[in-house]
Amino acid sequence: MSPFFIVFAIFGLFPLAYTAWVSMHDWSLLAGNQGWVGLGNYRELFADHDFWNAFINTIGIFILATIPQLIIATVLAQVLNGRMRGRTFWRMGVLLPNVTSIAAVGIIFGLIFARDYGIVNWALGHVGLDQPIDWQAHRWSSWLAISIMVDWRWTGYNALILLASLQAVPKELYEAARIDGASAWRQFWTITVPMLRPTIIFVSIVATIGGIQLFTEPLLFGSGVNAIAGGTTGQFQTVAMYLVQQAFTGQRFGYASTIAWVLFMFIAVFAVINVLLLRRIKSVD
Amino acid sequence: MATKTDTRTKSWALYLGLTFAVLMSAGPLLFMAIMASRKNSEILGLPPPLTLGGELGSNIDRVFANADVTFAKALLNSLMVASTATICVVVTSSLAGFALAKLKFRGRNVMLLFVIGTMMVPVQLGLIPLYMLMSKLGIAGKLESVTLPFLVAGFGVFMMRQYAQQAIPDEMIEAARVDGASTFRIFFSIVFPALRPAAAVLGLLTFMERWNDFLWPYLTLDAEHPTVQVALSRLSSGYYSDQSLIMAGTLIGTLPLVIVFIVFGRQIIGGIMEGGLKA
Repeated sequence: MSPFFIVFAIFGLFPLAYTAWVSMHDWSLLAGNQGWVGLGNYRELFADHDFWNAFINTIGIFILATIPQLIIATVLAQVLNGRMRGRTFWRMGVLLPNVTSIAAVGIIFGLIFARDYGIVNWALGHVGLDQPIDWQAHRWSSWLAISIMVDWRWTGYNALILLASLQAVPKELYEAARIDGASAWRQFWTITVPMLRPTIIFVSIVATIGGIQLFTEPLLFGSGVNAIAGGTTGQFQTVAMYLVQQAFTGQRFGYASTIAWVLFMFIAVFAVINVLLLRRIKSVD
Repeated sequence: MATKTDTRTKSWALYLGLTFAVLMSAGPLLFMAIMASRKNSEILGLPPPLTLGGELGSNIDRVFANADVTFAKALLNSLMVASTATICVVVTSSLAGFALAKLKFRGRNVMLLFVIGTMMVPVQLGLIPLYMLMSKLGIAGKLESVTLPFLVAGFGVFMMRQYAQQAIPDEMIEAARVDGASTFRIFFSIVFPALRPAAAVLGLLTFMERWNDFLWPYLTLDAEHPTVQVALSRLSSGYYSDQSLIMAGTLIGTLPLVIVFIVFGRQIIGGIMEGGLKA
């Protein structure tokens, strides 16, 4: 394993090192390098209210999206593993959202969740909600709408990955459980979930990397001229959006590089947690 | 098949669950198609329309007639960018995958690790260096800036290498060598035909990824060189109230991939599920 990490260190080093280098300068998009500031950008970032706001949004949307997504994908994988006619048709059906571009997803769901004439508000009106919800206006509602977009696009994809590892589970395990009188629900919890655990962790780390970099869905959910701000008070601006806003609207490449580096650190921390979890599961088996 | 030992209720529940899942998946796309085929006045009525209307043709005409967005050009640009990347990725990945799997040379393992390493650098982190590089090369804003960085792919090399290793027996290559075939000859007449199934899947996945790419094109491309996804975001931010126009544009931008998906669905699903197993 060690040669891998050496090579990775060398190769991963260029974008990392260059971004780190830029992050220690006052560096403007147009004027270029305006001089060394050391850790000044980092100090500014940790005191930056807007950054922490974006950070909370990113983590909040990530949790709100990922937990239901993993649960539904696991159940869906189990369903797809059943005996059925037209296997390819059903699999294609659940993968269809993943073929749709993120931009299209953002636009379509932006209209589905529109305040006036949106189909969700219309349906909610029928079950007794008088006041239409302004989905973009509040933190909770915008997080929920964005999480639904993410889940719509990725749940079927993850279900297929889980299905692949489900098919590697020996059938005898289920037969033995059935003879012992275990219900389908019990079989799911005592055989399926433990056997899938490594794949669930793999899927969740991929979801983490994607979730921490979330950008397009909230951008197009907001629409309008200043979409990059993520709502009137930044209630759904993610860290990646803040990065782009600082780099291109604010023209502060140095500061944006600082954000990129901090973002990378968060991804690295989550990846390390994942590796530790994987190790533990292996040692338990 | 299903009638063997399964009870009827169980298979009913299964199909009910599957139908529900597929409806949830297809619903938003159906919504898009309905909105794209209606007049704005119909969309804004309550209850919202739930069936297709007859305005699809005229809405599509309005999308292409829109001077601010140049949608036809954007479609062509996307087709060019995605095809170029697909062809290059398939060719370079097949060549490199074959070399890494079957040829013996010094530094082979280090090169393989190098390739895997490139798969692990998150895109966001490279944005600023990439933008600076494109500006230096003088192609920031142009189509080259969204094509060049994606002509090779670590994932593709890794995938083709894995496939070549199990699909091509060493004896076959040795036999061809004994007959006096050059390495290039061996690649074109033995290796590439054997790699074709994997190359097709790689090509499909690459094409879809490039066609759908948003963040980098959105940041770098100027108004003269949009891809479909960038054009869509402009369409939706500029004409927020014209929903049927926006939805017609989204439909046109989505349809090519849906067609590819319907034709090659089996291969795409196979590729994704195999990729998941290897991980």
